[in-house]
Amino acid sequence: METVLDHARQEPVWNTNKKVIVALVALTLGLIVFPLFGPSPFYLHLMILIFMYAVMSQSWNVIAGLSGQISLGHGAFFGIGAYTSSVLYVQYGITPWLGILLGMVFAALVAIAIGIPMLRLSGHYFAIATLLIGISFQVVFQRWEMVGAASGLWIPLTEESSWLALQFHDSKAPYYYIFLAFFAVTYLLVWRLSNSKIGFRLRAVRDDYQAASSLGIDVSRYKIIAYVISAIIMAPMGSLFAQYILIVDPDRMFNLEISILVLLMTVLGGIGNIWGPLVGVAILIPISEYTRIYLGGTGGAVDLIFYGLILMLICVFRPAGLISFLPKHLLEREKHR
Amino acid sequence: MSFEIIAQAIVSGLMTGLIYALIAAGLSLIFGLMNIVNFAHGEHLMVSMFASFWLWALLGLDPVFSIPITILLMALCGVLTHYFLIRFILKAKMLIQICATFGLSIFIRALAQFLWTPDFRNVDQPLLEGRIEIANVFIGQPQFFASLVCLAAFVMLYLFVTRTETGLALQATAQDREAAEILGIPSNKMFAIGWGIGLGCVGVAGGMMTNYFFIFTDVGVNFALFAFVAVALGGFGSIIGCLYAGIIIGLVESLGGLLIDPSFKLLYVFAIYLLVVIYKPQGLFGRY
Repeated sequence: METVLDHARQEPVWNTNKKVIVALVALTLGLIVFPLFGPSPFYLHLMILIFMYAVMSQSWNVIAGLSGQISLGHGAFFGIGAYTSSVLYVQYGITPWLGILLGMVFAALVAIAIGIPMLRLSGHYFAIATLLIGISFQVVFQRWEMVGAASGLWIPLTEESSWLALQFHDSKAPYYYIFLAFFAVTYLLVWRLSNSKIGFRLRAVRDDYQAASSLGIDVSRYKIIAYVISAIIMAPMGSLFAQYILIVDPDRMFNLEISILVLLMTVLGGIGNIWGPLVGVAILIPISEYTRIYLGGTGGAVDLIFYGLILMLICVFRPAGLISFLPKHLLEREKHR
Repeated sequence: MSFEIIAQAIVSGLMTGLIYALIAAGLSLIFGLMNIVNFAHGEHLMVSMFASFWLWALLGLDPVFSIPITILLMALCGVLTHYFLIRFILKAKMLIQICATFGLSIFIRALAQFLWTPDFRNVDQPLLEGRIEIANVFIGQPQFFASLVCLAAFVMLYLFVTRTETGLALQATAQDREAAEILGIPSNKMFAIGWGIGLGCVGVAGGMMTNYFFIFTDVGVNFALFAFVAVALGGFGSIIGCLYAGIIIGLVESLGGLLIDPSFKLLYVFAIYLLVVIYKPQGLFGRY
């Protein structure tokens, strides 16, 4: 146990030293005051997307980077979150805040249902299963009349902006702060998680599951825990995004591109590293938004060509992601023994 | 529901099942050889269908006659895939291997959409057309010949792997790469051959399907999913298992579509996958 866990503990990438923490606090303060300078709605929108994808990629990073299992249909949890809060609000008038919580519960239940049979086995079974799940959810929701089938649901507009209904019509700033809060809390919690006992055990399972299990770690149980945590992180982003655009439909909420993007951003930034997803998101989201502005909608295929190409190049030349280009001392925890 | 309709569903399930079997066999061969699941398998199938389509549209070659060219093109495509991508990730973590072939699938599909637009195409007046009627059961000629050719290709693949020297060398590499190398079997060459043959199988299936199926950029997605399930059901790496698994999936798909609801075909196949994983994770003929 000692060697596997020690190895996990000494692994630098999930830890952070004091300089980095100071920089992070400064960054957070900067992000809090950013809307006060009156940026144009486009920049607020850009930041909102960055926060959202940063959380979504971090969710994928928990299952893939921390426990070593590849999910190819992670968009399903996004859609579950979006549909739970929207259906509850549209059909029963329940506040989206409660919807967000229930969405997390549903996502967790689905993750448990999938995880128990799939995560006992080698990673290929799980990867294939998640690919099937991602498409199955879309197929089911396209034909489910109660939730609007293929045309989806419109979230009715409130008269005025309302925190209770989570709708803001005058400014994007409240959305900005909500997404920022989720982003900050998620990163803090995942950082805590990665330095907790569960985090060490998860990495031990990822690096050598035979050694881990011979030391009494219940391998499949820990993989399921990671999957559930990952699903719980993903679901609220779906709910919030539904509130942000005020419509849910199967093609948008269960889009395969979501699953592709979270994978790509994490791998690009650095899989298994808590800052990896953020790096990937900070690079890709502005590029994709600006190309959308300057090149216009071209059917969406050109960006996917590059995403696929980038993914292959990273896998071949830099499997540790772009973050591995940073100087090592920034990523290492200070020696405190 | 009359007997004829059920017989009809069984016959068409059998025919598609044989096609799934061949596609899955290509996937299984590659997996057995180097422990890599080709997540771009469906896209390779799509490419083979487009190759066959363009040979018809530009050169006027009927898909039946262009089969050898399609096979060669796909085999070349397989060797290139190995040379430019797979050989770099042989020693990488499984995580990276999955991401790499998944990246390849995104790349190929998006490139195809960019080059050929997402339009649906089909071959007008192919050589194989019409249908045969046997005891009130209608069999589409192109489907019938496609499944026959796939079955023949499957048998040839099986004989190749089990009877020829190259096939045995492939098996040796699959079992123990280092030991095979000591005996003078270059594993890199074997991997390239494996990719060539694996995608050659896809070329046969794609070429025959061009006769009657719509050709569009997302055509491979469902076939690949069914092939993944077939490989898991047959047992990862087992080629003969793919034959039974392919037929089972074809039957479940067509009978489920007939008896329950045709729009949820994917879910029935997913249900099989769940059952396999829960009750018989090593598959019907698995080595694991």
